[in-house]
Amino acid sequence: MTLPAFLAESFLLSPFIEFGFMRRALAGCLALALGATPVGVFLMLRRMSLAGDAMSHAILPGAAIGYLIAGLSLSAMTLGGLIAGLAVALLAGGVARHSVIKEDASLATFYLISLSAGVLIISLRGSNVDLLHVLFGSVLALDDAALLLLATFASISIVALACGLRLLVLDCCDPAFLGHISRLAPLAHYGFMVLVVLNLLGGFHALGTLMAVGIMILPAATARLWTANIGPLLLIAVGSALAGAYAGLLLSYHVNLPAGPAIVLTLGALYLVSMAVAPLGPLAARRRPRWHFER
Amino acid sequence: MSAAASAALRFTNLTLGYSRHPAVHHLSSEIPAGTLLAVVGPNGAGKSTLLKGIVGELRPLQGRIELNGIERRQIAYLTQQSTLDGSFPIVVADFVAMGLWREIGAFRAIDRRARARVEAAIAGVGLDGLEGRPIGALSGGQLQRARFARVMLQDAPLVLLDEPYAAIDAASVRDLATLVRRWHGEGRTVISVLHDLEHVREEYPLSLLLAREPVAFGATATVLDEANLQRARHLAEGRAEASAPICRHPNGLPHVHPAPPGHANPRETPPHA
Repeated sequence: MTLPAFLAESFLLSPFIEFGFMRRALAGCLALALGATPVGVFLMLRRMSLAGDAMSHAILPGAAIGYLIAGLSLSAMTLGGLIAGLAVALLAGGVARHSVIKEDASLATFYLISLSAGVLIISLRGSNVDLLHVLFGSVLALDDAALLLLATFASISIVALACGLRLLVLDCCDPAFLGHISRLAPLAHYGFMVLVVLNLLGGFHALGTLMAVGIMILPAATARLWTANIGPLLLIAVGSALAGAYAGLLLSYHVNLPAGPAIVLTLGALYLVSMAVAPLGPLAARRRPRWHFER
Repeated sequence: MSAAASAALRFTNLTLGYSRHPAVHHLSSEIPAGTLLAVVGPNGAGKSTLLKGIVGELRPLQGRIELNGIERRQIAYLTQQSTLDGSFPIVVADFVAMGLWREIGAFRAIDRRARARVEAAIAGVGLDGLEGRPIGALSGGQLQRARFARVMLQDAPLVLLDEPYAAIDAASVRDLATLVRRWHGEGRTVISVLHDLEHVREEYPLSLLLAREPVAFGATATVLDEANLQRARHLAEGRAEASAPICRHPNGLPHVHPAPPGHANPRETPPHA
């Protein structure tokens, strides 16, 4: 084996060959990239990136109540989070619509109340370690049950997106047209919200309540800088989520950093680099005109 | 585009509005199949409201709309552009292909024959060569052409156009008006909400002049005479001053229209017709 090949293998592959927890982390991230990232793309395209963030916090009190009842139990926390997340998904739109409070303020109040309630409930019974676990996830400690859960959510998302892609695209792009030609518009809306909650829950287990949205929104925003076509956009987003997760795990292993933040930071770095070099980024737009209006 | 089945519309004492505030009062008329009809009137006259009533987005406060022989989902309805997210990352060909929804629905693939029809529709509105361009990179006129191409693929017996030429250049208006004439020639019923009276006089044999209530309906030259237009302006100004929920119909006592069940919905968009 040549020296570069040896270095490459020891740097790029050996952490995953040697350690089971690294392989599990990588598998978990693979599931998130395949399931949560495409959902994140639509979250971004619906201008709901911030709403997604607020919803990921809203999951916390539910998961915390599950924790209070059953400790760090995967199923109890998932069920609690699922109930809280779905309730908030239904309520959030209504609050903005029927109140004098504007949507951004209503999201901020949601976010703050949920986060403080969640942290309070956890600290009633748990240790700081448990708190860190729910806030920042435990991607390096995914057990079989957690992996299975992530894989299940990813499978549901992929199948739902494959079947409902056209509906979702039309619901984002021209909702009035969809409402006129099809009865399925409410299905597109509520089905999508269910997918968002499921994937936020998956992200919650791996990356914690503060970072769950990271693997949904950052790759989506990155991809949007590279293309203005929904099909390639979804592929680029998934690709950059995979690349970012892999590189983030390597970084956390070699430099000894916490894995969740390392992954999200790597995804953020991909976004910043894309801002500078991607064809639809602000810098490229300055270098040359994007399109000519006249043919 | 194959010839479509003809449609006929009948309004019987129709009152349409938002949250008990009527925007169109007591409209009774019959629109024969294959008509090319312009709906004109001052701002706030209820023109767009009437189209929303026809597609079933608004339920009548009173009276009824009969669509003879066509389903609501068969109607091609070009709304004002405000509902379309022009920044959405979709290319022209995929955007236009959504006009095939009745055939392909949410799940069926777009086969080669359908793809050829999409290309023909794009060429038909003069956008050939731009199939792969994102809609966000189109000019206002080009985007409106793309929306017309989508209407073309809907192959609808009844076509409703809500201010289709607002804020687009003269060349696009000319090309799109040619398309509208062709749809009329194919036996479709086309109803357009328009502001440009000169254009209406040139292109539309029939007109309906609205000012919250019908002012005149019939041959365009008769409907758009100075006396009718003045009356419409006068009515629109008077209506704006009157308290809106009360209907002061000339042929009866002032009355309030009751809201049908589930109608007084605060989420409804305000009238902008």
